[in-house]
Amino acid sequence: MNERDNGTTYLDGWSLMIYLCLVLLGWLSIYSASHGGDTFELDFSTNYGKQIIWIGISLLLGGMIFLIDTRFFDVFAYAFYALTIALLLLVLAFGSEINGARAWFEIGGFRLQPAEFAKFGTALALAKYLGDIDSNIREFRQQVVAFILLGIPAVLIVVQGDAGSALVYASLTLMFYREGMSGLFLILGIGFIILFILTIAYGTQSVMIGVLVVCLIILAFTYTRKGIIRYLVGALVVCFALSVSVQAAFEKVLKPHQQIRLEVMLGLKEDPQGVGYNVTQSKIAIGSGGFFGKGFLNGTQTKGDFVPEQHTDFIFSTVGEEFGWVGSFVVIVLFASLFLRISFLAERQRSKFNRVYAYSVLCILLFHFAINIGMTVNIAPVIGIPLPFFSYGGSSMISFTLLLFLLLRLDANRFNELDSVHT
Amino acid sequence: MSSNSNKGIVIRASIVIISLILLVKLFFLQVVNDKYAEEARRISRRIVTLYPDRGLIEDRNGKIIVFNDAAFDLMINFPFRTKNFDVQGFCALTELSREEFEAKLAEARANTYRGRAIFMKNLEPRLFARIQEGLHEFSHFNIETRTDRRYDYNAGGHVLGYVAEISRSELEKTEDGYYDIGEYVGKSGIEQFYEEPLRGVKGFEYHTVDHLGRIVDDYKDGVENTKAVNGKRLTSSLDIELQRYGEELMQNKIGSIVAIEPSSGEILAMVSSPAYDPNMFSIKNLGKYYRELARDKSKPLLNRAVAAQYPPGSVFKLIMALIGLEEGVITTSTQFSCSNGFRVGSLHVGCHAHAPRPDLKYSLITSCNAYYCNTLREILHQGNGETIEESYNNWRNYLLRFGLGSTLGLDVNQEKGGNVPSAEYYHRIHGHNRWNYLRIISLSIGQGELLFTPLQMANVAAIIANKGYYYVPHVVKAIDGKPGIPERFLERRETGISDYNFNIVRDAMREVYERGTAAGSQIKGITSCGKTGTVQNPHGENHSMFIAFAPKEEPKIAIAVVVENSGYGSTWAAPIASLMMEKYLMPDSTTQRPDLYERMIKGNLMPVDNE
Ligand SMILES: [Zn+2]
Repeated sequence: MNERDNGTTYLDGWSLMIYLCLVLLGWLSIYSASHGGDTFELDFSTNYGKQIIWIGISLLLGGMIFLIDTRFFDVFAYAFYALTIALLLLVLAFGSEINGARAWFEIGGFRLQPAEFAKFGTALALAKYLGDIDSNIREFRQQVVAFILLGIPAVLIVVQGDAGSALVYASLTLMFYREGMSGLFLILGIGFIILFILTIAYGTQSVMIGVLVVCLIILAFTYTRKGIIRYLVGALVVCFALSVSVQAAFEKVLKPHQQIRLEVMLGLKEDPQGVGYNVTQSKIAIGSGGFFGKGFLNGTQTKGDFVPEQHTDFIFSTVGEEFGWVGSFVVIVLFASLFLRISFLAERQRSKFNRVYAYSVLCILLFHFAINIGMTVNIAPVIGIPLPFFSYGGSSMISFTLLLFLLLRLDANRFNELDSVHT
Repeated sequence: MSSNSNKGIVIRASIVIISLILLVKLFFLQVVNDKYAEEARRISRRIVTLYPDRGLIEDRNGKIIVFNDAAFDLMINFPFRTKNFDVQGFCALTELSREEFEAKLAEARANTYRGRAIFMKNLEPRLFARIQEGLHEFSHFNIETRTDRRYDYNAGGHVLGYVAEISRSELEKTEDGYYDIGEYVGKSGIEQFYEEPLRGVKGFEYHTVDHLGRIVDDYKDGVENTKAVNGKRLTSSLDIELQRYGEELMQNKIGSIVAIEPSSGEILAMVSSPAYDPNMFSIKNLGKYYRELARDKSKPLLNRAVAAQYPPGSVFKLIMALIGLEEGVITTSTQFSCSNGFRVGSLHVGCHAHAPRPDLKYSLITSCNAYYCNTLREILHQGNGETIEESYNNWRNYLLRFGLGSTLGLDVNQEKGGNVPSAEYYHRIHGHNRWNYLRIISLSIGQGELLFTPLQMANVAAIIANKGYYYVPHVVKAIDGKPGIPERFLERRETGISDYNFNIVRDAMREVYERGTAAGSQIKGITSCGKTGTVQNPHGENHSMFIAFAPKEEPKIAIAVVVENSGYGSTWAAPIASLMMEKYLMPDSTTQRPDLYERMIKGNLMPVDNE
């Protein structure tokens, strides 16, 4: 084991294969969505042509990771984090505003989105912090630090005007849960989401009446227990505070178009010609695919540009239309297999750094996957986040590839890591 | 660490659950629900309809009487959003104000059928040219060409019918869904009955369009495209010159003329007066005249030739004579006395002055009422223990075989069946079999409950001309130069009365011309046969009627004429019938009787409007 290899001897072939499949399918979808002809022509002015460049750069950078010693990432984890935070700050000052979000650097015709790379830095920083032998996520102080680590980039991204991308960071709480944080946090989180939805749907007043009724019912069954009233009153106060702040946040923080998006997603508003247009068109494209799909390059909705943002956030609608349910099944099973594989890789790591990092990658990818496909079929809010390895775009392609390849690098090197820990 | 490993399982479970939720949702979206496939087709497929030319209609002599003209509608294709649409430019092109644009858009939205609606109807030529020039900029709009109809002869409107935009209810009623909004369809007459051969078959081109409504491709490589098949040319049995002549003779009168070729049942002319210029119904004019015509008190839209019902009056005596002869209750030598009519007890049917004991021929020439009261008595009193119902039905069945009492099944709409009461009808009034011939004596002279249409009367004339049979009258004789009209027009229908008996009646009808009531309407060189009739009109002057055929041997034309409020049959109906027959049988010579023609043309018998 002391013999150092070039990092690929123990490379997880399964993950790499699935990754390559997804990238290929993604590129085919972009080819279709950007109206590639029946005979392929290499044209770098088209989206599918540019995406070839992004895939190439991603593979190149991913390969380079295997040339770098893993300890480099351990040592410079915080430096990476600081760098991505710095980029997030810089983009606020010097970035270009596109679609109401100041989230992009424009460099000679190419766009760079620091928010995508911030995920990578944050995952590294959390791995570094929680990977420390002495750290324990069960402790309140460390929970605070961990939440601050992911909170800083999230807040900066919200300030950029891209609340959707910021939500990705919330998914990392699942990793905290795996690392020992009480499941109560998740349950409270889910409870908060329900309260959030009900507040937007029915308003604080109705929600509080509902909560009061629930409390009284609980009290009716449990009034003999000591101190129950104290708990219930506490819960009531917390719910009230949350509901009021949700209402305030919804009205003050969210921009009108975001409010409407949320309301459309919650089924509170029907607006097929307005904000709901994208989702409606996406559902039509996917729904019209049927069981086997209309065939590659034969999607009428794809050809006719009916789905706005089809090559980026709504790329899955191309899959659904041209390859039908069968194609959707294949893509979802590929993603699920990748995630299960990553969770398997995560669990077999002996270094805590590696495991935390692996789960961070899993959380980020899973969140993107669930929300992105969910929004194309109208079961998740349209928050504008890309589908990993599929959506057109250099920043996301590179950052997702780096996230995954570093995981594969760490995994391939896990025995050496073990040695290094013990020496 | 074991509890944390369990948490790993929780995470794996959530991966599986999330994937399953997405797969199930997708399954419902893609496989279970087919609404989206339909919706996708609706918004991404543009159907371009290729309209066939509507078939022309020619008369029996090959004169084109109905031909095509074009009208243009501006159509809008939904989904349409004013966002990103150059409303100002479009309004400039179509010469609409912003308000008019919004109003038309709202109206179109409300009237959408299969994603399309008429935006502007029947563009005038200048505007059409202008819009066509600039329309390519506005991909949601297209111009649709409609087949409008034009008529060179101002005649035959009731028979030819008209085409008009299909109504909402007609759209929803047609089972094969052939029609689309804004299309034109035959609404009456030949245009309606022969809609299918006339309209041809539409062709379709399917294109895929993008979200801006621009055509991007052939839909499914055009495999579903079809070509248009032009409509078929119809040959009408009308003689358009005769038709026009008939309408001219009937001007300023209310009534009808129906002329039939006895040997085939082909209708040579069918005049309903007052008539209207068929051009009033062209697409370009419909809006203007329809209301006016529909409101006119003289009901020009009513086709009286098939829809007006009159008691046949004396004309019916011909049928009575034929039945009496066939039943053997009278012969040529049978005489009945008539002293100012027919009397039984308190019942009295009046008659006019004539020789006291007419025989059959004389009774027809002089139109003796008493003779036919007696004939009816003989027909219905046959003994052998028959009930009145049985003998009545025996008599009635003759009438049914003459095509009376129900519609003949003409290929022109509005047809009524007239009335020949059933035995049950009299049972209801008088009690079951508790009535006899005296109760229905007025039937014998064509009064009472009997009602015939002018078409049925002309058909009776044709039956007598044919000595016993007829073909169901029809106005179209060939489709694309070939037979192809419905079978029923080619079936010979028999009355079951012998030639011998018909000859007796025909001889009498000839004498009506030679020395009877139609003596003033003789045509030199043509042996015409006829019978006048006068029908009492409780509302004013009597209606005059005349049926005739000519020539006596191998008849070429059988005719019925009804002129309302005109007094005796010999004054108006008989001269008009004879002029018509002369025109048809001698088309190339001018009339022998210009005075008579002048008198008929100038006659104004329109009821005086008292209001
Ligand atoms: Zn008499």
